[in-house]
This record gives sequence, C-alpha cells and structure tokens, in this order.
Amino acid sequence: MKNDQTDIKNQINLTIDGIQVSVDEGKTILEAARELNIHVPTLCYHEDLCVAGNCRVCVVEQEKVKSLPASCATPVSEGMVIHTNSMKVRLARKHIVELLLSEHHADCTKCYKNGNCELQSLASQMLTGDHMFLDLVPDQKYTIDMFNTAIIKDDSRCIRCQRCVRTCEELQGVSALGVAYRGNRMKISTFFEHPLFEVVCTNCGQCVNRCPTGALIEKNYIDQVWDAIYDPTKHVVVQTAPAVRIALGEALGMPPGKIVTGKMVAALKRLGFNTVLDTDFTADLTIIEEGHELLSRLKRALVDKDPSVVLPMTTSCSPGWIKFIEHTFPELLGNLSSCKSPQQMFGALVKTYYCQKRKLDAKNVVSVSVMPCTAKKFEANRPEMRSSGYKDVDFVLTTRELGIMIKQAGLDFESLPEEHFDSLMGSSTGAAVIFGTTGGVMEAAIRTVYEVVTGREIPFEGLNITPVRGTEGEVREASLKIEKVKPEWKFLEGVELKCVVANGLAHAKKVMQDVKEGKANYHFIEIMACPGGCLGGGGQPIPTNKDIRTKRKLAIYEEDMGMALRKSHENPDVQLIYKDFLGQPLGHKSHELLHTHYTPRKRY
Amino acid sequence: MSEAKLKRVDLIFGEYSNVKYKVLTETMKRSNDEILADLLESGLRGRGGAGFPTAIKWKLTAESPSPEKYVICNADEGEPGTFKDREILTRVPRKVFSGMAICGKVIGAQRGYIYLRGEYRFLLPELMKELDGYNEHAKSIGLDFPIEICLGSGAYICGEESALFESMEGMRGEPRNKPPYPTSFGYMGKPTVINNVETFVNVMMIMRLGAIQFKLLGTRDSRGSKVFSVSGDTPIPGIYELELGMPLERFVDEFGDGDTKAVQVGGASGFCVPRKKFKDTVIGFEGVPTGGSMMLFNSSRSMYHVLHNYLEFFEEESCGQCTPCRVGCQQLRKGIQAVKKGDKQSLYLDQLMKLSESMRLTAKCGLGQSVANSFSSIVYNFKEEMIY
Repeated sequence: MKNDQTDIKNQINLTIDGIQVSVDEGKTILEAARELNIHVPTLCYHEDLCVAGNCRVCVVEQEKVKSLPASCATPVSEGMVIHTNSMKVRLARKHIVELLLSEHHADCTKCYKNGNCELQSLASQMLTGDHMFLDLVPDQKYTIDMFNTAIIKDDSRCIRCQRCVRTCEELQGVSALGVAYRGNRMKISTFFEHPLFEVVCTNCGQCVNRCPTGALIEKNYIDQVWDAIYDPTKHVVVQTAPAVRIALGEALGMPPGKIVTGKMVAALKRLGFNTVLDTDFTADLTIIEEGHELLSRLKRALVDKDPSVVLPMTTSCSPGWIKFIEHTFPELLGNLSSCKSPQQMFGALVKTYYCQKRKLDAKNVVSVSVMPCTAKKFEANRPEMRSSGYKDVDFVLTTRELGIMIKQAGLDFESLPEEHFDSLMGSSTGAAVIFGTTGGVMEAAIRTVYEVVTGREIPFEGLNITPVRGTEGEVREASLKIEKVKPEWKFLEGVELKCVVANGLAHAKKVMQDVKEGKANYHFIEIMACPGGCLGGGGQPIPTNKDIRTKRKLAIYEEDMGMALRKSHENPDVQLIYKDFLGQPLGHKSHELLHTHYTPRKRY
Repeated sequence: MSEAKLKRVDLIFGEYSNVKYKVLTETMKRSNDEILADLLESGLRGRGGAGFPTAIKWKLTAESPSPEKYVICNADEGEPGTFKDREILTRVPRKVFSGMAICGKVIGAQRGYIYLRGEYRFLLPELMKELDGYNEHAKSIGLDFPIEICLGSGAYICGEESALFESMEGMRGEPRNKPPYPTSFGYMGKPTVINNVETFVNVMMIMRLGAIQFKLLGTRDSRGSKVFSVSGDTPIPGIYELELGMPLERFVDEFGDGDTKAVQVGGASGFCVPRKKFKDTVIGFEGVPTGGSMMLFNSSRSMYHVLHNYLEFFEEESCGQCTPCRVGCQQLRKGIQAVKKGDKQSLYLDQLMKLSESMRLTAKCGLGQSVANSFSSIVYNFKEEMIY
C-alpha cells in the first residue's frame, strides 16, 4: 500500500455533460470522456500516434472559455466544466465535417474504402444530406499516384489529417510522406513530389492501416486472382502467412484475437484455389537455413578468424525492413541474412519442387500468397525473385483483400467447417506460427539452433523463450549461454549468444545506428518493420491499435502452444524436402532457390 | 472638426541617452522583483495585437524552474498594413536589445533571438553592426546575454508564436496545440518569453522614465503610447506614435482625406469600422485593439474587393493544417464571389457569417480565429456592397 502511493498520479476533477469524473493528471478531455463512455467523434486522432489536433472534429465546449477546445489536444484541469453535445458544438462540428466534405472527392460508391471510411460514417452520423458549402474539388489539381506495386495514394480523397505523416515519421522513422505547400494548396506529399516508388517509402503500409479515408490504399490484385482461378488451364496455388489466420476474422466481422486457421483454409478451397498451402512450411525452412547461416558465420568468425565475416547477422523476412535498410544503411547490407523471406522461398519451391512432385508444368501454375503485408507486393515484383525461371509469386493479396474475396463469394465465414492445409508444403510447427509476432523468428531460431548445437531442448518451460518475446515500442535484448555442446560445435562452448529484437522501423533505425557505430556486440538481430511484427502489418484489417494487436499476439502464442510440433527442424515436410530435393542446408540448391542478394539504394 | 490635434508622443523613437546603454547598465543593478513591480504598475500590454499583460507573461516564465530559458523578439511583422517594427529596428535597435536583455535578466534566460521577417533581410547589415556593439557592451558590463538574429522565410503564419518556434527549430512553420503555452513550453520546449519589437522598447522606456510617467499616457485599460502604421486613403501616410485610447473619430479627422468611409483597424485580421461608428469607437484594448495597422478607405473603394483581397491573403497564408482555417478561408472567399456573381442567393452570406463564427471558435491558432474579425465586420457593415 505504501509503495503504491508513488505510482498514483494526481487526480483531476472535472464535469463532463453533467457527470462528475476524476481522472489522472495529464489525460486529455477526450480520454476523460471515453472513460465515461461518452463518444466524442474524432478523425485525425489515433491511439498509436502523437496528438495533432488538426481536424478539429473533436471540439467541445468548455465553460468560461471563449473558443471550443479540441478535446484530443487539451489536457484536463481542475474544475473544468465540459459540454460535448451543446448547440454550439454541434453546429461547429457539422461545419467542420461539411468543410472536409467540400474538399473531398466523395464519390463513395467508386471508392475502395466504401463502407470502411471514417469520414463517411461521420458524414452519415451528421446527416450531411444537402451540401452546405461550395464544392471545391473541381478547382483543385489532385494527383493520383498509382505507379507503385503496393500502395496507391489518391490526393483527391485526402483530408489532410496527417495520420500518415505521423505514422511514417514516428512509428517508422522513414518520413517518406510529409506536408508540402501551405493554405489552400497544402497537401501530403513526398520528396519533391516524386511518386512513391522513387522515394524512401518502404511499402510497409502502416499509413494505409491508419488512413481514415481512401487516400492511401493497397493496390489490390483481386481481379487478377479471380481471373487465374476461373482459367481452367491454370493450377492456382495459394500460401497463407502465419499472421493472417489470427486476423482474417476481423475483416469478416469477428472480434480481434480469433484463430480462424481451419475456416480460412475451407474458405480458400471454396473460392476455388486448387491447392491451399501454408507459408509456415517455409518459415520452418527459413529457420533451418538462417540458423545454419548464423552458425556458419559464427564458426568462420570464431574458429577461422575470417575478417570478411559480418556480424551481427540480421533477419531478412520483413520486406519493409529490407527496403528500409537498402535506403538507410546501404553499407550494412552484409549484415542481412541472405535467406529469402518465407513467401519468396515458398514461391520458388512451388514452381520447382512442388511442380516436380505433383507432375505439373510450372508455366501453368499461378502462385498466390495471402499476406498481412503490403511490402510483400513489392517484394514479389523484385527482379531477382524469379529463381524458378518464372515469377516466383505471381500475386500477393493482403488479409483485407482475402476478406473482400470471401464476401464477394457469398461465404458465411463463421459457419464454415474447419479444414486442413493440403500436403507436401502444408505442414507447420509452432515455431513457424510465431513468425507472425515480434520476437518470433528469434525464438524459433533459438529453439532449433540450441538443439542443433547441444543436442538438448532449450531449457525453457514449455519451450516458451519469454526473454526474447518482443514488446511493442521497445527494443528487447537477451542473451543465452551455450554450454555442454556437441563435439562438432566445440567452439561455441561457453559462448554467450547475444540477441536483440526490434519492431517498428523507428526502433530498427536505433539498433542499426548502434551497429553502424560499432557500439553493438550482438550476434543476431531480429527486425520486423511493423509495430508488433507481422500481426500489426500494413495489410491487416483496419482499424488497428495496441489493444487489437495485443489480442492478435495472444492468439498467435495460443496457436503455437496448440501445435503438436513446436520446433522447425521437426517439421516432417521440411525433413522430406531436404531428403528429396534440397540435399542439405546452405547446399547448392538452397543457394539457387532460397537465398538472395540486396540492392543499395539512395536516400533521395 | 478643428479640435486640438492628437497628442504626438516621442517615447519609442526618442533619442538615445547620451551614455551608451545607460538604462540597460542601470537596470541590471536593480532586483528582478523591482523590475517586475514596475512593469506591473505600468500596465504595459503586449504590442503585437493580442495585448497580454507583459508583466504576467514574464512573471510566469520567471517562476518556471527550468535552467534553460529563452527571450525571443518577434520581428516577423507580417500583418498587412503594418510596418512599424521595421522603422523601430532601423531607428532605435539599441532600445530593442536593451528590452530583451532586461527580460533575460528577469526570467533567467541565457540567450535572446530576434526572429526577423524574411522580407526584411535588407535590414541585416545595419542590425548586425548594432548587435556587435551591443554584444561588446554586454561583455564590458559583465552581462552574459548574447542576442542573435534568426531570419524568417516569408510565411505570415510564422508570426504566430508557436509557429515561430517551430520555424526556428527548423520545422515546418505550423502552430502548436495550446496549452502548453510558451511560458512553460516554448522554443526548444523550454520556457520562453516572446514579445513584439515595440513591447521590448516600451519596457526599456518604462525603466528609463518610471512606471508613473508611462501611466500618464493612455487610458485605464490601454496604458502608454503606440506606434501606428497609417496607410490607405490618407494624405499623410506613415508612422505615427500616438497616445492609446483615442477616439477613432479624431484619428480620422486628422488622417482622413475628408471622405473616409471605413477604417480597417489592426490589419487584415483586425476589424473594419464604418463611418457611422467612428464616434463611438476607441482605439485600445477596451475598444478595438490594433497591432498598429490603420488602413483608411474612402468612398471610391469597394469593400467587396477589400474583403476579397484579405481572404485571398488568408487562403494562401493559412498553414493548412487545421480544417476550419484551410477550408474555411477558401469557402469564405469563393462564397462571397458566388454571391456577387449571383450564383448563390444573398442569404448565403448568413451561412458564411455562421461559418466564420465557427472558424473563430474552432481554429487552432490566432490566424484562423481572427479571419472572422474582418469578415464579419465588413459583411455586416457593407452588406449591400457584397451583393450588388
């Protein structure tokens, strides 16, 4: 009890709509109102971002104050009397929404975000039937940037709330998007107004996740995928990433944190995909390849004293992260693991190994992936991602796009039976599932590497390596002492393996800056471009916030715990592919199909 | 009509004392409490236009425990029709420096900046020379308060204090949310006093003459004198230092061309006073306040064009971040245009009046909030000119 007192913040008493409330000092009027379940409308406000106070939709009336303060930006003060729904407030809010609509290209039925647009729902709430003001859209010169493979930016639908700008700067440290010009010409733009594909944009899609309107959306490949499905000459193979199965439900009206693996497989089969496989398979394969790469780098560094070995080694499964490091730290590309991401390993194997086994002609196979990610769309289109002789992954769909396809097909998702992935490249382990959350790749790698080196299971209860389980908004360091190793790994005896886990590119930047300056003595770094890892990816259902992401994370760990196999090297399909096709980790075939190289890029 | 002329005052532009920086040197020997008491007694209010009591601003900043504080002189004189700061900085820059140094002593700041309007770049060579003289003198009397000049880049919005800080920090010049106010969170997030050029000169004159002498000028709510920038339809445009609290009628008698139909007091963001209200209008904080701009219009002027011009200015100079200001300014300008052309009925003006009121209530900073001043006063008083 005594210690508690230091934690208790000063309490501020105020009255909102006649209700007395007492909240912690430093909270805003908006937060206080939410505690009372009073809904004050917002647009530019987002839980993940710093307060902007730009849109002014959330204004409230404060007694004895002449103007109407923005509730999101105004801290509570003692004795404040607030009215959230007075006549003054209602008129001002209506004016503001009408003003936003007057400069917004409101052809809702043609908009990708129709039905999932915050401005639209605010407009319908306020009954903005007849246009109060002049239509400003025809007088403005708007640009639509659709030259990118992953993200479309349509300025005519932008309401200048700057959520995207704040996301890009605060969460991702990228600042590809910024504000340009002033007054009536003010817009969200890029460096010298270049199209997105020419600037430092990593295609992470975090801006898409937070855009309240249809100004930033993913480039969708729904029609192309339907065409492939309907084409009788094509065999369409689909792979699904670990983080999709715990979020897809949200896109179809279910609450966050529901595991829908079986229903998702059933839905994909009903949609008409010929084969439904699991990216988890190549996640396990990534662990084998990447784990051996790490061990080989360590051996060359510690035993051969080879000065050309680059440590620490960083993961390479997050394509947003790859593009980021190519732009921001091109001199550190040697630190990246040469392993392709699971999606691209999968694509390369579908058109080689899988075709061989199933006696299919690769030219008739269409490889589709469902990803929680927009950067994967860019990745699939990289010129080097054609090691099968064809484009390894033809189309990348986000979780949201799959949700739309399921709705288009008229499936009642919740009532679908649970089905299983097809075989050959469909089995997975708990280690692969946790790729979907920050710290997961690290945990999966340690589960395998430790066992390879010592011949024993990692000494953590239930194989849960909690010290590396990353937390959002935090860089997590952990170390693991390796003891009593097998004879062939004698050089690792007593070595303390130092790892660090970071999510969100702003955090990645800090870690890599330390590496660049030689301040970091890590061996292995896991980086995921998005907050919380793939479960918070740019292709996941909208809305997103910390609470939703936490629920998704719990679901991922639940799925891991529920798997019969928890370690990548125990995956039977992985064992089979090494026996029948690849030979050995880091072998000739692996290098040909599963490893890649990177391209230094400029900041501008 | 032939009453005595308005009293001309010579506080601001008066000659320097014969000993260089005499007042500054002497004031440095006084205690902070004494200086603050003098300022409070004088009733000095900020000369930028908003009229916040200077003594209170300084006191709040002085009370903040932060070891790092700043004094900033706002010389981003951007209000249309205002050109008095330019004159002050040209003619009596030492008084400005002295006022800033006194402020630095009172609040415990280590450094002062003058944020100079980008278009005033031509003042730099002379100003730098004077500043070297000041910095030298400061050193000689053991005063550790260097002053630097920071050049703006031509945005009107950067005259708004928090946008000015952002601009100085190298950011986009956009106003911040308030609270927190500059007294606790200003330049670089540190407590900062930011005052208009003229305010600092006034401080320095209060130190020289004493609060009692200063108080003899002006009225209860508007103490002292003010430098006015007189422009428009007047035979004698220019800079005039006059006592505050004068009736507008006497001002027009003296400066008008005999056919004055309206005076825009306080620039584009100020109020338009029509002829019939000259008699009852007092220039000062109890009546119509001004940062110094007085624009006279005679009957040859179309008030529609005047308003359209102001709105064009705001439309372009809004930073664009908040909805009411960015879109509101466009709607107001295009709205009066539509009424004039007959595309909208005259009733639409009432709609626009309500919109301007919403802008006053909800805009993030003073720019958007004060568009309603000129809009509603012009539309209300010259409605027929808006329609026909």
